Amino acid sequence: MNPILEVKNLVRHYGTVVAVDDVSFALEQGVCFGLLGPNGAGKTTTIEVIEDVIQPTDGEILYKGSPRTPSFKEEVGIQFQSTALLNFLTVRETLQTFQSFFTQTVPVDELVELCRLAEFQDQYNDKISGGQRQRFLLALALINRPELLFLDEPSTGLDPQARRNLWDLIRSIKAAGKAIILTTHYMEEAQFLCDEVAIMDYGKIVAQGTPDALIRQHSRGTTVVIPKDRFKPETDSFPLPVSTVKDNVEIKTEDVNQCLEQLMAHGVNLSDMTVRSPNLETVFLNLTGRQLRE
Amino acid sequence: MRFKRLWAILKARNLEFFRDKSAFGWNFIFPFLLVAGFGIIFGGKTYTEYKIGVFPAGSERVSVEALDIPQRFKEMNHLKFIGFPDAAQGLKKLKHHRIDFLIKTGQGPHQYWVSDSSPKGYVVEQMFKASLIPPEIEPNAEKKEIKGSAIRYIDWLFPGILAMNMMFSALWGVGYVVVRYRKNGVLKRLKVTPLTAFEYITAQAISRIFLLMFTLVVVWTGCDLIFSFVVEGTYLNLFLVFFLGSLSLTSLGLVLASRGTSEEFTTGILNFISWPMMFLSEVWFSLEGAPQWVKTFASIFPLTHMLTAARKVMHDGAGLIQISPEITILSLMTLGCLVLGAILFSWNR
Repeated sequence: MNPILEVKNLVRHYGTVVAVDDVSFALEQGVCFGLLGPNGAGKTTTIEVIEDVIQPTDGEILYKGSPRTPSFKEEVGIQFQSTALLNFLTVRETLQTFQSFFTQTVPVDELVELCRLAEFQDQYNDKISGGQRQRFLLALALINRPELLFLDEPSTGLDPQARRNLWDLIRSIKAAGKAIILTTHYMEEAQFLCDEVAIMDYGKIVAQGTPDALIRQHSRGTTVVIPKDRFKPETDSFPLPVSTVKDNVEIKTEDVNQCLEQLMAHGVNLSDMTVRSPNLETVFLNLTGRQLRE
Repeated sequence: MRFKRLWAILKARNLEFFRDKSAFGWNFIFPFLLVAGFGIIFGGKTYTEYKIGVFPAGSERVSVEALDIPQRFKEMNHLKFIGFPDAAQGLKKLKHHRIDFLIKTGQGPHQYWVSDSSPKGYVVEQMFKASLIPPEIEPNAEKKEIKGSAIRYIDWLFPGILAMNMMFSALWGVGYVVVRYRKNGVLKRLKVTPLTAFEYITAQAISRIFLLMFTLVVVWTGCDLIFSFVVEGTYLNLFLVFFLGSLSLTSLGLVLASRGTSEEFTTGILNFISWPMMFLSEVWFSLEGAPQWVKTFASIFPLTHMLTAARKVMHDGAGLIQISPEITILSLMTLGCLVLGAILFSWNR
């Protein structure tokens, strides 16, 4: 299958600062590709260069196998990290205004239903809540039936419920066969939504692959966590490596069964135990030595 | 260029203007208040008034008839008499140019004070001396009447206030608004749609010109009902002058809007342009007799040419041929600014 988007050796400098450093990846139709990294990693700059908001210093961007033409704007949908909109227009009027800019469009009512905008569609676009705003901005990005969708930190600032609602919405869009590029610094978001992830740090992609493959490759083992007051044996006498983190004892193991047997043999009460599988956060930590949200 | 896209942004901008009730109301109320204010202050009188201090007097308000000063001086026009209890208080006001002339009441020889640095004081002094000449001495001069109706100060001032309002509305309504939209990311969002920069700035210009013309008609009609302005020429020519004027001012606004993301800097630039334009384009006073370099400098402003042409049409009944120099200059300024604005325009820088 031919990729819908290919990014080759992309470089973007701001004076002496290298914001994007030799970034390459390809994206196929129907795939959600996540750029994961901490703030300042170069995720937004990367997608804004692809969106044609910023000019690249070097590199090549191919859309459907060719350099981008003016019709690129007709075929992509974009949701920026933060966007102000034309003042004194309602949500519905804003959708209608943006609808007029494109040749192929989705009926406004269809978008209102898909993104659940009905209850606030007649309110001014700057008088809605954070969750409503993100759904509305997503609707704006979908107004031209895009084949490729850019979502820059779509759930930043949302409460857990609103974030989960947005994720469900993005999943339904993905199920409709759209290609999605998503930037995020929430590893749960990347794991939940993305088929493929590129981890960025200091403008470079430091690892790329499916979330599972990245975890398998860069983060082995499981962490068993037990409250300190429940862990009776001396940590030195326990046969597996034990570390104390705040009020918990953490045991890293590649064999959970063996670990649990040892714990029970040492008379540890397991009722408040948690087992933590490795995730993309662990991958990032292992690759860079830093937390994603440091 | 797609008309559908242009229309959408034009409609959105107009809705924004009409729905922003405070700004919308102010656009109509401000020029009306200015005209009404000047109408009340000056009424049918001329705007130049000389203030004469007299002492000793019991209060500031004095009965002119009761004043013991030369009768013919009391009868002169454009003089306002203000009473002072003693010379010291009168002199203090004279020193600070709060009054133009100070006279002690009583029989001659009359005592008066005047500041050597005050042009108005000099004029009043000459008027005072003239009032002392016995009336039987015939002056060696013959008074001729001006043919036709005289132009009231309010007639002269009105197009200036309208034009000034148009200038502020055009420069701030385009320059400031577009920079604000660039700063808060609205333009960036529009950039990633098929809307072109040309469509966007054309819509901004058309919207502002429509609003300027709409405001012009409403304010003119409202003020005309009260002051009954005299227009010697045709309303069509007058409308054409204001239309071209608003076109050139809006284009200038587009040049200012073409770059920049700092509202503070844009405010400074807008003030830097609008204040000299307001003072040197004969909005408030004529530049007749001003140094040539000031007049030359004033001619770089579109407002100067718009006002010259508007007053020619209103007061002299000028036709298209008489105002063709101003029309040509305004058209060229519009063209120049539009080209410059289009070249410089950036969505996000």
